[in-house]
Amino acid sequence: MAVTDMPSGDEKPKVKLLNDPKFRSMIFQALLVVLLAWLVWSMIDNAATNLQKAGIASGFGFLSTASGFGLNFSPFLEYTSSSSFMQVYWVGLQNTLVLAVIGIFFATIIGFIMGIARLSNNWVISKIAYWYVEVMRNIPLLLQIFIWYKGVLATLPTSKNSIDLGALGFLNTKGLFAPQFIFGEGSGVMGWALLIAIAVTFVINGWAKKRQMATGERFPVFWTGLGLIIGLPILMYFIMGQPVTTEYPTSGNFGPRGGMRVIPEFIALILALSLYTAAFIAEIVRAGILAVNRGQTEASYALGLRPGQTLRLNIIPQAMRVIIPPLTSQYLNLAKNSSLAVAIAYPDLTAVFAGTALNQTGQAVEIIGMTMLTYLAISLVTSLFMNWYNAKNSLVER
Amino acid sequence: MSNTKNSISFVRAEMVPEMAPPINESGVLGWMRKNLFSSIPNTILTLLALYILYLIIPGMIQWVLTDAVWSGESRLACATIAQGGELPNDWKAACWPYVGAYLKLFIYGRYPDAELWRVNMVLIMFFVGLVPLLMPNVGFKRENLVFMLVIFPIASFVLLSGGNLDLNGFLLPDAIMGPSEFKFWVDFLILSLIICGVVWAYMNATDTDPKQAVTITAITMAVLAVILFVMSVDFGLEPVETDRWGGFVMTLVIAVTGIVAALPLGILLALGRRSDMPAVSLFSVIFIEFWRGVPLITVLFMSSVMLPLFLPDGVTFDKLLRALIGVALFSSAYMAEVVRGGMQAIPKGQYEGAMAVGLNYWQSMRMIILPQALKIVIPGIVNTFIGLFKDTTLVSIIGLLDFLGIINLSHSDSTWATPVQAMTSYVFCAFIFFLFCFGMSRYSIYMEDRLNTSHR
Repeated sequence: MAVTDMPSGDEKPKVKLLNDPKFRSMIFQALLVVLLAWLVWSMIDNAATNLQKAGIASGFGFLSTASGFGLNFSPFLEYTSSSSFMQVYWVGLQNTLVLAVIGIFFATIIGFIMGIARLSNNWVISKIAYWYVEVMRNIPLLLQIFIWYKGVLATLPTSKNSIDLGALGFLNTKGLFAPQFIFGEGSGVMGWALLIAIAVTFVINGWAKKRQMATGERFPVFWTGLGLIIGLPILMYFIMGQPVTTEYPTSGNFGPRGGMRVIPEFIALILALSLYTAAFIAEIVRAGILAVNRGQTEASYALGLRPGQTLRLNIIPQAMRVIIPPLTSQYLNLAKNSSLAVAIAYPDLTAVFAGTALNQTGQAVEIIGMTMLTYLAISLVTSLFMNWYNAKNSLVER
Repeated sequence: MSNTKNSISFVRAEMVPEMAPPINESGVLGWMRKNLFSSIPNTILTLLALYILYLIIPGMIQWVLTDAVWSGESRLACATIAQGGELPNDWKAACWPYVGAYLKLFIYGRYPDAELWRVNMVLIMFFVGLVPLLMPNVGFKRENLVFMLVIFPIASFVLLSGGNLDLNGFLLPDAIMGPSEFKFWVDFLILSLIICGVVWAYMNATDTDPKQAVTITAITMAVLAVILFVMSVDFGLEPVETDRWGGFVMTLVIAVTGIVAALPLGILLALGRRSDMPAVSLFSVIFIEFWRGVPLITVLFMSSVMLPLFLPDGVTFDKLLRALIGVALFSSAYMAEVVRGGMQAIPKGQYEGAMAVGLNYWQSMRMIILPQALKIVIPGIVNTFIGLFKDTTLVSIIGLLDFLGIINLSHSDSTWATPVQAMTSYVFCAFIFFLFCFGMSRYSIYMEDRLNTSHR
């Protein structure tokens, strides 16, 4: 009978080795690894031959030699034309990070304002926000950078006829001549005061949370913290005898003197990067707020919360959960897009290291590799941090 | 009790005619009350916004339309008195005759005048093929797709570059046969036979009927041969080197090639990332995360500076092709994530159902999972394309003369050099990009709505 032909439970069915899915996947993966290894090996081999032919010594020895070119922007690090290529790298990285951090700061503010404005009951306001978003995100960023740099900033008056912005300084084709803070003796204490104030705010925040859990009473953490963070350094400022002074630029015959010069490349990049990214952030904020269920608002009202409290205690915390992950990727996009600085010769990592330094040394593999890995590291570290943050703050479900 | 009839005599026998709604609740006035002046803060905001609009809008209209110069032969038409022209010294507005004079260059780049009909043919084919593809109600989607993904790229390649690809052998050593076009076909035939043989041997070894698989392989190789033949045959077209390509056409070429190359690569990477095989999924994850983690401009630098180093001696790519490779690899990583999103949205039951009816991995992907997943992610694909379309402007940094590159180049021409020149050309460029990108994003929203309703 047919029953006797059926394989019994403990006997393995006879399958050809090639039909065994496990064996097949092993073979396939082995083939893939071999193929990749061959590809990488042949690339390295070709590169070695080509470099030898071009007479370029490979290796990272060039990093310690003097660069021989100057840079027009380095807010924190020391740099002269006799600095090494390694210093060029650090200055480039510094300029990229400065650009990214300031860009993110403004993009967040503008983005949140536009995102909330988009949801406003006010027709004019929401239409303005709508068209802002649509226009900004549908025009290439590089074009926007050029518009600000060559279209707007390059047509400003020459330094003789600078535009006087009052307390902000002077604006002309050479950039913004802004007031500069000069930190004198004892200003370090103010910095410490600021750090202490931040630390104390965190402690108060923890204590307030515990107290609310225990008694239900709320403590105005925000206002206390703000008072501490602003108040303590100001208190120290007066105690230490006003160590910080401001140097205002003055208009001279040959243009503004003194103060701090912000180069036009930087202004153009900040404007373009923050306005462009803000359009994307606005959409994220809008989607985040819309994602909070209408019932949440109604429930808050039913509990007797006022509209302001509802927004602050109920809607925003829940919306943030939706907003944060895409917001992070926008921050990363901004950091990566800051590499477009190379188009208008702002000395960021791509421009000075992957551009000028590469042309000077010809070490294409090392320099491009270092540049790409740096951006990759920034991306990975940020997304790891955000994944951790996200996991900590996500809804705990059953 | 008997007078009940009288007590309800106040009930009306006929309806009261409807009254018009209160004047300040309906119509323009009501709408304004509700949407503009509902409260004091709202009124203040409205007035503030109107004031800002008053500051911006008239100035913009003056700049673009009323104050702008519309005709002229050279920079003198757009120059102020101080600059040697006739316009008042505080004049600042668009100089449109400059855009008019450069329009051909902006669209076609430096493509030879006598051959422009070829570019126009490509553009017409592109739009004729694309429009019905985008309209969900038009039939023949499969034929249309074949046209857009196979026939159109080959035809555009032949038309734009002139075809007549130089084919040399690649398999047999030179000692047996000197490099020639004939040798290429001999080599190709040998390669096809080897591949068919391997497929036949594999099918035999796994107890499957080899007939079908071998036929499919043979047909694929034959199609490939036809494609190569069409690309290599001499149609008598003047060859046009890629350094003469440029303008908006180059922007389109890069964007479309990028997306067409990225789609299959992206699908493979998405499948790889969701694969059970650790080596495959690890490779896919590293590949995807690497390209997503670096800025496109460094990728372009890499492909223009580093790629030539990695190639064996004697093999050279031209500048455009190198940029295209960079763009395709870069966007394939983004495409992979879009496709993966679609595949994750497919319920597990679909995978199990496919297995239950006895489909193998590739069959179930091809016939069950991917058709559904790709349909869901059409908006995502369009959005990736918008991003890619905007990012093509970056190739101007590595010296290709795309739309933005050629605009920047035109600024060095002294015939039209005025302070307003840069802004005029950028506004024109921004307007074109806005039209295309805004149109595409509208389309993606439309598709999203459509797909949404069909699933409910």
